[in-house]
Amino acid sequence: MRLATCLFLLASASSAAFAEAPADFLAGYSQEAKHANPGYTAPSVQRGQRFFTEKHGHDWSCASCHTGTPTASGKHAVTGKVIGPLAPAANPERFTRASKVEKWFRRNCNDVLGRACTAGEKGDVLAYLMSLK
Amino acid sequence: MNALRSPSAAVAAILLAVTFVAEADEDFRAAVRNPAYQAECAACHVAYPPQLLSAASWRAVMDGLGKHFGSDASLDPATHAEILRHLEANAGRRDTVAAGKPQLRITETRWFVHEHSDELPRDVWKHPAVKSAANCAACHTAADKGDFSDRTLRLPKGVHKK
Repeated sequence: MRLATCLFLLASASSAAFAEAPADFLAGYSQEAKHANPGYTAPSVQRGQRFFTEKHGHDWSCASCHTGTPTASGKHAVTGKVIGPLAPAANPERFTRASKVEKWFRRNCNDVLGRACTAGEKGDVLAYLMSLK
Repeated sequence: MNALRSPSAAVAAILLAVTFVAEADEDFRAAVRNPAYQAECAACHVAYPPQLLSAASWRAVMDGLGKHFGSDASLDPATHAEILRHLEANAGRRDTVAAGKPQLRITETRWFVHEHSDELPRDVWKHPAVKSAANCAACHTAADKGDFSDRTLRLPKGVHKK
């Protein structure tokens, strides 16, 4: 049992380190969410869209900077600096580097929710972003 | 004083001043090109020339990245150390202190206030095209490259000098 856990952690850690396409991240988050909650089934585009556009008890939502149309460029809510589109269809660089993806989820979830996002939430948001053409 | 009465000394003084300004410009441009500084800091705002704050101010800014003017701008330890080193190496030599504490905002330093108060109306920062004093690029159109020269300075429509 302990060995299985180790192997699982090793596998998910290495997949996170070498993931290169949005689909790899999505698979990683689903796996992690299932592991955390056996009742979890799959990422949801609808849930992701709601999560992305709603506020979560703080001043900003994801859409405050990334807009409600993440295939378009956004603007930093404070500085006004242009932010490239977040949807992979509009910006192929998005969700291709684990270090970058994790850094921005860490910072932005803290700003928007005041805590880290769960794997389930990240999966939902990514599923939503990947559904945009 | 007397020396400046002679035309050639005056020309030399002007040349010296021009050279000094040109050198400062080049220092700005070189310092904002740092790849880690660009990747991390310029993702959210203009890469402000490190020369505009003292090393003590930059240390204070970098100590508070977990809550950086309201946003989480935290960095991994290696990147944090690299950027801090870069900022310290290029920091301004003049103190940027207020009430005994290192200042965190360039826009509150004596130099910045002085530079922007002579010719501009006090409420210029509230103009919709400017939004914030931190938005250098509203007027300094090449601020992202560390270029703050008069050549690239354009006041947006509706913003007028006093």
